[in-house]
Amino acid sequence: MYRIVLKETLATAVVKMTVEAPYVARKAKAGQFIILRVHENSERIPLTIADYNREDGLITIIYQVVGKATMDLNNLEEGDFIHDFVGPLGKPSEIEHLKKAIVVGGGVGCAIAYPVVKALAEQNTEVFSVVGFRNKDLVILEEEFASHSDKMVLMSDDGSYGTKGFVTTGLETLLEEHKDIDCVFAIGPIIMMKNVSAVTKKYGVKTVVSMNSIMIDGTGMCGGCRLTVGGETKFACVDGPEFDGHLVDFDEAQSRNNIFKNQPVHNLEEDKDCRLLKEIENVK
Amino acid sequence: MSNNIQRTHMKLKDPRERITNFQEVALGYTLEEAKLEASRCLECKNKPCVAGCPVGIDIPKFIHEIKASDIDKAFEALSEYTSLPAICGRVCPQETQCEALCVRGIKGEPVAIGALERFVADNHNNVLEVVPQESKGIKTAIIGSGPAGLSCAGTLAKLGYDVTIFEALHDTGGVLRYGIPEFRLPKEIVDREVNALKTLGVKIEKNVVIGRSLDLKDLEDDGFKAIFIGTGAGLPRFMNIKGENLLGVYSANEFLTRVNLMKAYEAKSDTPLYLGRNVAVVGGGNVAMDAARSAKRLGVENVYLIYRRSEEEMPARREEVEHAKEEAIEFKFLCNPLEIIGNEQQYVSGIKCIQMELGEPDANGRRRPHEVEGSEHLIEVDNVIMSIGTLANPLIKTLGIDINNRGLIETNESGRTSNMAVYAGGDAVSGAATVINAMGAGKQCAYEIHKDFMSKREL
Ligand SMILES: Cc1cc2nc3c(=O)[nH]c(=O)nc-3n(C[C@H](O)[C@H](O)[C@H](O)COP(=O)(O)OP(=O)(O)OC[C@H]3O[C@@H](n4cnc5c(N)ncnc54)[C@H](O)[C@@H]3O)c2cc1C
Ligand SMILES: Cc1cc2nc3c(=O)[nH]c(=O)nc-3n(C[C@H](O)[C@H](O)[C@H](O)COP(=O)(O)OP(=O)(O)OC[C@H]3O[C@@H](n4cnc5c(N)ncnc54)[C@H](O)[C@@H]3O)c2cc1C
Ligand code: SF4
Ligand code: SF4
Ligand code: FES
Ligand SMILES: [Mg+2]
Repeated sequence: MYRIVLKETLATAVVKMTVEAPYVARKAKAGQFIILRVHENSERIPLTIADYNREDGLITIIYQVVGKATMDLNNLEEGDFIHDFVGPLGKPSEIEHLKKAIVVGGGVGCAIAYPVVKALAEQNTEVFSVVGFRNKDLVILEEEFASHSDKMVLMSDDGSYGTKGFVTTGLETLLEEHKDIDCVFAIGPIIMMKNVSAVTKKYGVKTVVSMNSIMIDGTGMCGGCRLTVGGETKFACVDGPEFDGHLVDFDEAQSRNNIFKNQPVHNLEEDKDCRLLKEIENVK
Repeated sequence: MSNNIQRTHMKLKDPRERITNFQEVALGYTLEEAKLEASRCLECKNKPCVAGCPVGIDIPKFIHEIKASDIDKAFEALSEYTSLPAICGRVCPQETQCEALCVRGIKGEPVAIGALERFVADNHNNVLEVVPQESKGIKTAIIGSGPAGLSCAGTLAKLGYDVTIFEALHDTGGVLRYGIPEFRLPKEIVDREVNALKTLGVKIEKNVVIGRSLDLKDLEDDGFKAIFIGTGAGLPRFMNIKGENLLGVYSANEFLTRVNLMKAYEAKSDTPLYLGRNVAVVGGGNVAMDAARSAKRLGVENVYLIYRRSEEEMPARREEVEHAKEEAIEFKFLCNPLEIIGNEQQYVSGIKCIQMELGEPDANGRRRPHEVEGSEHLIEVDNVIMSIGTLANPLIKTLGIDINNRGLIETNESGRTSNMAVYAGGDAVSGAATVINAMGAGKQCAYEIHKDFMSKREL
């Protein structure tokens, strides 16, 4: 059992939790994730390691409430326990050699992008961030990005905060200004990563995307997380989650993520907490 | 005379009832049945059957004790060679191992050795007074809690070592838990074995992935003097045909993990499983049978089992095939998938197959199947479960020990890897094999580890 030591709401239905998980904290690196199971009968779901503290054995996750598992997680409070919590899983981001990079984060994907920015900053890579949100209420980690980036561009779809427009607009401006970018990291909704990859392809800049395939074990045993990269089958949990954005079959990945969407998997009507989900639907 | 007695088969649940639930199919012997079956054993002097058992159980000896109604003694006889008799009695491919060499099989049916083993394991009253040897204060680590890891842990603990098992998943047992379904191997039995280890003082750390959470160096730093790796096979194979990433195509591992480990068949489980009315399972091994029979129990109307050779070549256990047939699994032999077809929403709608025929035997005497021209046909299905084997566990590569070109761990005959302090066994070394082989390897490595320490002490 893994104790929650801190819980903090960052934006509507976006919550940060810090959890005691010494085995994970010992080895965690940017780009890796954990898999947790809230209760004995819960699903296993993956969440990125947003931050870690090796000395105290603590791991921070940031999740968006989108369905049953994340809602159950959100019903736990400080001092409560998460049933299972395993990691770090996946390969760490490959960043050592980079001199100048851009990190693009979209929505809750910023939680996944932030540790990459932080790690880049800590090794003195010159790093620009482009973060995008649907609207002002959904902005998260603004200060964190700002303080670790040489420059941060904040975009919102509706113009309610920062610059109006999609992240690709902010990214293109940066790519025009800086012709010596070694790598672009794009982390967010699949459609965003697809569009970012299309832009960077034009500029011939290497692009790394983080794929959020549906996972169970996270050890390469089930094959559920498979995706097509450069015509080959890869397993996101062991070969990724980061892949070359110019090679990923995003349309297939998008479709595979929807497998359970049209299925009567769990009955939200019966759930007393569906109020929160409705709230999120409204925000969307 | 015992020569005239026919083999007693275990009673089975009615197929119509059993496809409605996940309860165990074979019911096990009563004492009378067990004694009757035991009476068929001739207690052959040269014990041909023993040569067929990978761990060399003294079969006539344990059967002799059943004849004498001393089930506890029979259990002791078994325990000398196996630590998982309740499991192996159920899932061993007995018909190709011990029973294949039983002399009673020459002119009739062999003695039901597996069923008798199961009977003893289920019915003894031995509260095994395991007095572990005095603690040696030597820390040993076991990676993976499948049959290889469990038996290595048990053996080391009994020898007085301080044992910790590290398991990647949230539950123990490996394939015994996530692969083999409840209706063939009740999880209660796996729990019993694991609890017995805990009684012996074995510590179990779940949710720790070696190669990610910890590596071998960390274990050494933490004071572990010997390490056993039993991480299993893992990585599922696919056919690399068109449509394999459509929605509703699962590997058998994914499907069975959702069903068994995550208990998707129970209402209280949150793990989703999308299954339509018609399901194709591709493959012909035990795993394919388990997938097909599980699908049936989850309410699928038509389960097709697609296998590219003929029934004779099918590697699955005879018993499983018979049970599958009774449960109305529809076998499509000599049938090979060419492509999986999807609908506009990218869900599976069918599987295109071609009919095969067997050619002349090749150098190995195996008749290779050829496609029959113009025999392409479509089977309408909502799901396809790929059950065509596994490849090596991909995390093994990161451990820094030698692996072969199949990705399996290299060991010498005593199970030692390229790292002096590290042993390995089970599917991680042999590739997908059997429970009894994994168990045997785990045990052997435990004795080798013990030998290492004993010889060090003598220096
Ligand atoms: C490597 C990785 C890192 C991730 N990091 C984060 C993160 O830091 N913060 C965050 O909010 N989300 C993250 N996710 C997504 C998160 O796992 C899903 O939002 C969560 O599983 C939803 O579960 P649910 O039951 O609440 O929602 P559901 O209603 O069950 O599903 C909503 C959507 O979540 C996805 N999903 C559902 N089950 C799984 C599963 N078992 N594995 C993966 N995706 C699933 C599907 O796209 C689905 O359509 C990550 C996913 C991956 C693969
Ligand atoms: C569906 C199915 C049906 C089968 N039916 C039969 C049968 O009827 N009869 C028979 O004899 N055999 C059968 N087998 C084969 C048999 O189950 C295996 O040969 C046997 O389980 C191998 O044992 P093992 O201990 O080597 O590995 P596994 O049982 O695979 O256990 C390995 C364990 O290691 C864990 N692990 C993996 N990587 C790591 C890591 N990096 N860190 C920590 N832990 C890790 C895994 O999670 C797992 O728990 C079947 C297999 C399957 C899949
Ligand atoms: S362990 Fe398996 S092979 Fe050995 S005697 Fe028992 S059933 Fe036969
Ligand atoms: S070969 Fe058959 S009859 Fe002979 S000892 Fe073995 S089990 Fe008994
Ligand atoms: S999650 Fe099972 S193989 Fe990746
Ligand atoms: Mg869910």
